[in-house]
Amino acid sequence: MLYFASFFLGKLNRHAIPTDMVTLGAAVSIVLGLIFGAILITYFHKWKYLWKEWLTSVDHKKIGIMYIIVAVLMLIRGGVDALMLRGQQATSVGVHHGYLSSSTFAQVFSAHGTIMIFFAAMGLMFGIINLVLPLQIGSRDVAFPFMNLTSFWLFVAGMVLVNVSLGIGDFSAAGWLAYPPLSELRYSPTVGVDYWIWSLEIAGIGSLLSGVNFFTTILKTRAPGMSLTKMPMFAWSVLCTTSLIIFAFPILTVTLTLLYLDRTMGMHFFTAAAGGNMMMYVNLIWAWGHPEVYILILPAFGIFSEIVATFSHKRLFGYRTMVGALVSITVLSFTVWLHHFFTMGAGADVNGFFGIMTMVIAIPTGVKIFNWLFTMYKGRIKFSQSMLWFFGFVGLFTVGGVAGVILAMPPADFQLHNSLFLVAHFHTMIVGGVLFGYFAGLSYWFPKIFGYKLNEKLGRISFYLWFSGFLLAFVPLYILGLLGATRRIDHYSASLGWQPLFIIAGLGVLVIASGVFMMIIQHLVSFINRDKLKDKTGDPWNGKTLEWSVSSPAPFYNFASIPVVHSRDFYWDIKNIIKHEPKEITDVLMPKNSNHAPIIGFISILFGFSMVWHIWWLSLVSLLLIIIVIFNRFNDENPNYLLRAEEIIEIEQSHLRLKES
Amino acid sequence: MKTKIYQTPSHPDANLKQYILGYTVSVLFTLSAFFLVKNTVFTRNVLEYVVASLAISQFIIQIVFFLHLFNERNPRFRLLVFLLMLAIVLILVVGSLWIMANLNHNMTLPSQIRYMNNQGGGF
Repeated sequence: MLYFASFFLGKLNRHAIPTDMVTLGAAVSIVLGLIFGAILITYFHKWKYLWKEWLTSVDHKKIGIMYIIVAVLMLIRGGVDALMLRGQQATSVGVHHGYLSSSTFAQVFSAHGTIMIFFAAMGLMFGIINLVLPLQIGSRDVAFPFMNLTSFWLFVAGMVLVNVSLGIGDFSAAGWLAYPPLSELRYSPTVGVDYWIWSLEIAGIGSLLSGVNFFTTILKTRAPGMSLTKMPMFAWSVLCTTSLIIFAFPILTVTLTLLYLDRTMGMHFFTAAAGGNMMMYVNLIWAWGHPEVYILILPAFGIFSEIVATFSHKRLFGYRTMVGALVSITVLSFTVWLHHFFTMGAGADVNGFFGIMTMVIAIPTGVKIFNWLFTMYKGRIKFSQSMLWFFGFVGLFTVGGVAGVILAMPPADFQLHNSLFLVAHFHTMIVGGVLFGYFAGLSYWFPKIFGYKLNEKLGRISFYLWFSGFLLAFVPLYILGLLGATRRIDHYSASLGWQPLFIIAGLGVLVIASGVFMMIIQHLVSFINRDKLKDKTGDPWNGKTLEWSVSSPAPFYNFASIPVVHSRDFYWDIKNIIKHEPKEITDVLMPKNSNHAPIIGFISILFGFSMVWHIWWLSLVSLLLIIIVIFNRFNDENPNYLLRAEEIIEIEQSHLRLKES
Repeated sequence: MKTKIYQTPSHPDANLKQYILGYTVSVLFTLSAFFLVKNTVFTRNVLEYVVASLAISQFIIQIVFFLHLFNERNPRFRLLVFLLMLAIVLILVVGSLWIMANLNHNMTLPSQIRYMNNQGGGF
């Protein structure tokens, strides 16, 4: 009996259901939320619509929207984690021990980091790239539309696995990068680390496929005439980001696989005994991890380059130096990874080399900041909400960057390593840099996707809440770090006098939460007033790139006829200088929607789950099923359908009528 | 009138002859390496260099005949990506070797090295 149970269920048994109230409460509320959503969809009879129009859609704009919805949900989940962490730290002092146990606290900070990087930031990034990139380079879709949808579903599968760990088993308590030997079986005997491994493996493969996809899209499907040097800066940033993804993510996949082999097969790649070397893990994971942070920030740089030029009504200052800076960051980001472990035993020459390289990489970043400032110089700047995010970014990113250069000095790093100063530094870069960039991009391109603008006033209020909340939440952490507070601390002595600063930091997180709330209100209010905010022209900001030349929301075929590009800010030039005669509209081959991709996603969840719980028969079956589904898709003789020219002309004319009204 | 935009990628510069030629030359290189090792034509010292150079030449043959890196038309993206790949792999491999040697040198006590060697691993 027991034998059968362990064959069919692996390590899974009734003890997998968590007993502690906090985790259980979170799991139950997620399940209730899902049931509520399902009831709503059933009530409005939307299942078929959802499946046919969204979940199986290969349209890059719809995939982008789905990415962003998932990413925002994960941003909220990660944000709740952050609130819990700061709540614990504000109350757990002296004789009080807060409301979280040490192990729950460790799970929460591990989940916070993992979710925010992999599922919030990466999700927003792929969402925005999906929404904008093909439109910007004058393409009908990405190079491989089906692969694009598959990437999205693998991303979802990874996300589901992280969240399943709330209700079945537990999550990794070894931090967001799970260093061995702590993450080895001996010190983390539960399935937590396996959940972490498999959610990242699956989502990581999705990211890699997306990287290949967008890289190919940029190189192969640009509009005729758009040479690389006429490409918009956002497209350049995506080209650099995707080449980083292509070279960095395989390292992650291999490293995680080795760790899993250690944990499951009793191997010794990273163990402390039997000739394993845990420092090899740290070395490999940062060889991926450092490029990863540039993967996140480069698209934000691209977004700001578009926004600053558009809202200053000037051409981007120093296009060539911008490209040079992007490319040199791309290469240099592979030469600095040791700065994450200066203190772990490397000698002076190694530390010196990587410290200097870290300072060198700050130079191209500084070049970009100055280029944006010079773009604004003597421009007619419009202080829209997108621009506000940019201003917030410049201030925070410069402060965070200088803190980074301080950390780049090995002697200073020996003092600040693993302190809250470091935590404050990278949050300044990732919130103030990455997240502000994506928010700016979302408010900028929102009308192109949904056809109406976002409410300006509420957007500004949200920005000010985010900005002031950020300062409240992270300036105390800089100070605490200098005072010697380590990161991931769940209890400290009252005599240290840190509590007031932790309380301020906690209040800051609440202010940020109200900024998120204000964003939700902003979207609701804008949706209600969507007729008033309607973007009839398709070009609400006097844009300079191709995406503004089509109607808002962009039609599903993107361009009625593919434009022939002659200059860098081509759409400005069409509007002002050159006469542009659109080509004749012809029939177009469009990719059909695909059931295969969501099915692959669902089976991937099963596969990951069975690998976590050692249910080997299910792993084999699901792997086999995935291969069958892929073959089935490849044997599809007609993955495309013909879109008639008459249909396109009809849609285009209704847009023209709207424009003239 | 129909605009075909989703084509399967084709290699106009790749033909069957090249593949067969590349394959034959690769096999020849591999076989000659076997032959040289088996028949002890050279001393061991020379042999190592010869086998290594055979491997590298086979690597280059495969790049030329299978990846067609040197006969693509401008812009030469494949060549560019390949060179970037080489640079990054070199940085990572050389960097990792340097770092790990340094860490081992600084952080391992002689007793630990003895212990690890006894365990069948070590450096």
